[in-house]
Amino acid sequence: MHDIYNFVSGPLVWVSFIIFFGGILYRLISMAVLAKKKDVIVYEYMSLQYGLRSILHWIIPFGTVKWQKNPIFTIVTFTFHICLIFIPIFLFAHIILWKESWDISWWYISDIAADVLTIVVIASCIFFLVRRIVLPDVKYLTSISDYVILGIVAAPFITGFWTYHQWPGFRIMGIIHILSGEIMLAAIPFTRLSHMIFFPFTRGYMGSEFGAVRHAKDW
Amino acid sequence: MAEPAIKNSEQIDKIVDEGIDTGIARLTPEKIEQVINKVLKTETGARLKTYVETCVHCGLCSEACHYYLSHDNDPKFSPAGKVKQTIWEILKKKGKVDPEFIRRISRIASTECNLCRRCAMYCPFGIDVAYLITIVRRICHMLGVTPLYQQDTAHSHSANLNQMWVKEDEYIDTLQWQEEEAQDEIPYLRIPVEKEGAEIFYSVIAPELKFRAQLIYQAAVILNVAGVDFTMPATPGWDNSDLCMFTGDNEMMGRLKKAHFETAMRLKVKRIVMGECGHAFRSVYDVGNRWLAWKMPPIPVIHAVEFYYELIKEGKIKIAKKYEGAVTFQDPCNISRGRGLHEMARYVVNATCEEFIEMHPNREHNYCCCAGGGVINAGPPYKMKRIKGNRIKAEQLFAAKARGAKVVIAPCHNCHGGIEDIIHHYGLDMELYFLGDIIYKIMEKPV
Repeated sequence: MHDIYNFVSGPLVWVSFIIFFGGILYRLISMAVLAKKKDVIVYEYMSLQYGLRSILHWIIPFGTVKWQKNPIFTIVTFTFHICLIFIPIFLFAHIILWKESWDISWWYISDIAADVLTIVVIASCIFFLVRRIVLPDVKYLTSISDYVILGIVAAPFITGFWTYHQWPGFRIMGIIHILSGEIMLAAIPFTRLSHMIFFPFTRGYMGSEFGAVRHAKDW
Repeated sequence: MAEPAIKNSEQIDKIVDEGIDTGIARLTPEKIEQVINKVLKTETGARLKTYVETCVHCGLCSEACHYYLSHDNDPKFSPAGKVKQTIWEILKKKGKVDPEFIRRISRIASTECNLCRRCAMYCPFGIDVAYLITIVRRICHMLGVTPLYQQDTAHSHSANLNQMWVKEDEYIDTLQWQEEEAQDEIPYLRIPVEKEGAEIFYSVIAPELKFRAQLIYQAAVILNVAGVDFTMPATPGWDNSDLCMFTGDNEMMGRLKKAHFETAMRLKVKRIVMGECGHAFRSVYDVGNRWLAWKMPPIPVIHAVEFYYELIKEGKIKIAKKYEGAVTFQDPCNISRGRGLHEMARYVVNATCEEFIEMHPNREHNYCCCAGGGVINAGPPYKMKRIKGNRIKAEQLFAAKARGAKVVIAPCHNCHGGIEDIIHHYGLDMELYFLGDIIYKIMEKPV
């Protein structure tokens, strides 16, 4: 067990971070090169001002007509995405790991807050799952990979919660937790989770076309 | 768990379309694969890849689409649903699809999407579904599978550089005919043809010649009364419309725009002002120019709505008496989402009409008329599909009517065609006008 623990919390962390950061870099550069070769139009029409204008509207809750029309979804998706990034970075248990490894540390959230936010993330995942199963239009678009991706995202939070509360089998769960976190990091650049990387570009491009060329809003 | 793109029972689409059927009969799986991969390899790249890989299948775009809303939220009509049935399948099978598949995607791309771009405002990522559907149309065009009536229009463009088989002499003749008619009302009126160095090249679409000649009459009255220095060419290149842009015939689209711009250059005009047409504006201002490598059109292109706004604002056209009766206004996609002219349009409507009642949603968020994007040009076989595909527009109009609107103003030919059918089919009993109709009616004219 210790060997496995040491492996997933040692070398595999490095591997996942390298895949995560390297992957993001690779995806961005290769897409930029491909765009230069085949979609010069994107470079020609991309406008910093209008791109940011559009992105800003879309990253503010209720900042667009779409967000206003679906308030429940808006609240869930914004909370989910914020927690998703916030919790792993500011969790006390994670900070201890940073401290032990590299002697660096920063502000952290209380364990109770972490618990609540983790439940929020898990509940959001359930919301997304139910949505996929219940709403006919979403169900129609859904493929097995969508459930897998949702599972990849939910897993670190479920297993982390389990481990923290030292429920039965928490030692193994702890290992699975680390592993699932690593899988998620590695999956981001190479699955549809890559919307994390490409969102600013797709939205920014549409915002540029709407703003600079068509003199219209796109939100 | 994963639903198939199309269930077996739905594969049979009963509409007979000779253009599609004949095209399909000529196809072999090998040819399909080769053409699809050629288009994907040579004409697509980062945009297609990013759009497909970024879409998280969330369904947020669904409610953007009038087809989806009008078909009781049928998932097959959601924007992403249409992409699933077309692009996703093509990519998944790497082009190894059968002729029946091509029949289906041709139908979806040409008659179930107006390329209105409303969904780009409902997808958080701004995925351009209209662009993806355009790729499908391009593939179908390269395979020779296009709705018959649409293709006929494209053929007319190829043969005559205009949309409706108008011969050169017919065109000039119609201008002179309308000039003479209008001279009964305003004796000094002229429609100057081939006047080099005029301020404005007034360009129209072929249907104005063919069956809406009164629009040329009215435009001539407006332009003459306002004292505008304008001209119309005597040569092909006068038509600003462009169905080739919608069939996927990009090469022909380029030829059309080139002829149009070169005509403007030859006449040494300062601006092109075009009549009330949405798709033509999209072609000249936004799409066709790009094919010719003009980032923006080489000469300013002004849509009628903006031009009327100028004329009224500058006092060149004076209002004798505002139009009586409540009006509502249809924002054409290609000049609201396509050019942000909705506020100028409202200025003109408020300046010319006594009572203006908004329909909802409006401005950039207005629903498409379901005729644009080449869909009305797919012709009679799809007429009912088009009308039923926009029940939501009937509901939207009815709500405006319930608040008192008796007249719909639609400054776009496609909107006109689409809304006329909707008013008729759903028994809305509303009158339908172009903005020019209203201005002509209520403007001060020399006695």
